[in-house]
Amino acid sequence: MGSYRSMATTLYRIIKYGIQSFLRHGWLSIATIAVIMLALFVFLNLILFNMMAKNAINILRDKIDINVYFNNNVSEDDILKVKRSVESLAEVKNVQYVSRSEALSVFQKRHQDDDTIVQALEVLEENPLSASLNIKANDPSDYPIISAYLNNENLAGLVDQVTYNQNKLVINRLATIVNTFQTVGIALTVILTIISILVALNTIMLTIYSTRDEIGIMRLVGAPNKFIRGPYIVQGMIYGIIAAFLSILLIAPLISIASPYIKVLMPETDIQQYFYGHLFILLLYQLIFGIAIGALSSIIAVRKYMKI
Amino acid sequence: MISFQNVSKIYNSHLTALENIGFTINPGEFVSIVGRNGAGKSTIIKLLIGEEKPTKGRVIFGPYEVNKLKPAELPALRSQIGIVFQDFRLLSVKNAYENIAFALEVEGRPQSEIEEFVPQILDMVGLAHRAYNFPHELSGGEKQRVAIARAMINRPAVVVADEPTGNLDPIHTADIIKLLLKINSLGTTVILVTHNKEVVNHLNRRVISLDNGRIIRDEENGKYVLA
Ligand SMILES: Nc1ncnc2c1ncn2[C@@H]1O[C@H](COP(=O)(O)OP(=O)(O)OP(=O)(O)O)[C@@H](O)[C@H]1O
Ligand SMILES: [Mg+2]
Repeated sequence: MGSYRSMATTLYRIIKYGIQSFLRHGWLSIATIAVIMLALFVFLNLILFNMMAKNAINILRDKIDINVYFNNNVSEDDILKVKRSVESLAEVKNVQYVSRSEALSVFQKRHQDDDTIVQALEVLEENPLSASLNIKANDPSDYPIISAYLNNENLAGLVDQVTYNQNKLVINRLATIVNTFQTVGIALTVILTIISILVALNTIMLTIYSTRDEIGIMRLVGAPNKFIRGPYIVQGMIYGIIAAFLSILLIAPLISIASPYIKVLMPETDIQQYFYGHLFILLLYQLIFGIAIGALSSIIAVRKYMKI
Repeated sequence: MISFQNVSKIYNSHLTALENIGFTINPGEFVSIVGRNGAGKSTIIKLLIGEEKPTKGRVIFGPYEVNKLKPAELPALRSQIGIVFQDFRLLSVKNAYENIAFALEVEGRPQSEIEEFVPQILDMVGLAHRAYNFPHELSGGEKQRVAIARAMINRPAVVVADEPTGNLDPIHTADIIKLLLKINSLGTTVILVTHNKEVVNHLNRRVISLDNGRIIRDEENGKYVLA
């Protein structure tokens, strides 16, 4: 006893019993796996949902910005000075300088098919566009602070206009949407994860409850506790492993169906590509979650019937 | 080695199953326990293996004070007692062979021993041809013999048999009693609970008679007498 050889024998027997119990309980095993698979399916959906939400949030964030237009008599040096001082603000993510000529070429390019505008520009002797700074904040709710800084009196002589004031409403609304999206995402993840864990736990507990007499018999004939608990843990892990693979198999066709629709809503989001690109890591998550839930529920459930 | 000292068992705080029982069983003894239905025979066995706790008194088995053992300490006690339960208690998802092998496997005995001993004992109880049948495929008498084989396979110090011949025909009954006598002659203590008058009288060993939760007789070379 206690030697590596006998430990190996013990482990071998525990695994053998676990597999045997899994196979011989037939329908009970299938039904249990089905429920755990659904729990894992919810979990998988949450991972994908969070990925899409993150993507959507980033897209929205990227669309929000402030432009500061400078008076045409302001020198480039002065503008770059302003740029540096804006950059030093903690709320600012990045600042991009657009010179008057750059603004013009962008404008021309955008309107190259519009004859009236092209002609109008040719008539003008001077570039009518202003130099500007394009400012992005770390967080959408930081824009009012940045805007306040730009409307400062020190800059009054230089700045022609700050777009924030016109877009205030839209920016604020977008900021609220982004924040709500995040909060809802986190809340949804937490709640659904808890529910799916409880459902899986409950199912495995019921499965073990239905074999509680067997646990009692094993206790009464003097089986050591590891021989009683061990096989149930192995069985729980088998449930988790099979359920993990099945949940991936189940979601694959659904993603193929949903992907084009999601692309219409959010052109930058390719969920199918994400899924297949991350297949291995997703499967790994599912396996970890499935095995953990299977093993832990078994431990909790068997304990209850080991008191005889 | 086994000793019941002033043991009482009251179920659900009103049903008195045993009242102030006391006896001692020495190593190597062959003791029959007799008594009417509900006399408290199975309760004695339950107290001995710690399945139930006595309401009063002490139950001693070798170095253990059974009534004080915690659930985690019970396997060590039980592995020294081979029990044939009145209701068999076979594992339903294991076949006859596996039910018997289970008793050896959990003790960590090597596979070679299992492959040698299990067929032997199946043969002894006359079930070689039913080795791979599951309990629900076996008759009452066949199940009972699987239970007997399981109780004896790991050569425990004590074999406790609660009505092991209750479902057996006379020929199998004689075989099983012979088997019990044989392991007893090899040094195993045997406690036999039975309603079989012929068996008890034929054995001519110690008999403890119970009535209504009390010991009314405890005799060497006793007979089956219920007053
Ligand atoms: N778990 C229990 N809960 C309540 N009462 C019980 C319980 N087990 C046994 N009893 C009662 O205790 C008394 C003794 O039961 P026990 O099983 O020891 O009898 P027995 O002598 O083995 O009878 P039999 O010959 O029918 O097997 C009976 O009246 C029975 O109803
Ligand atoms: Mg009884």
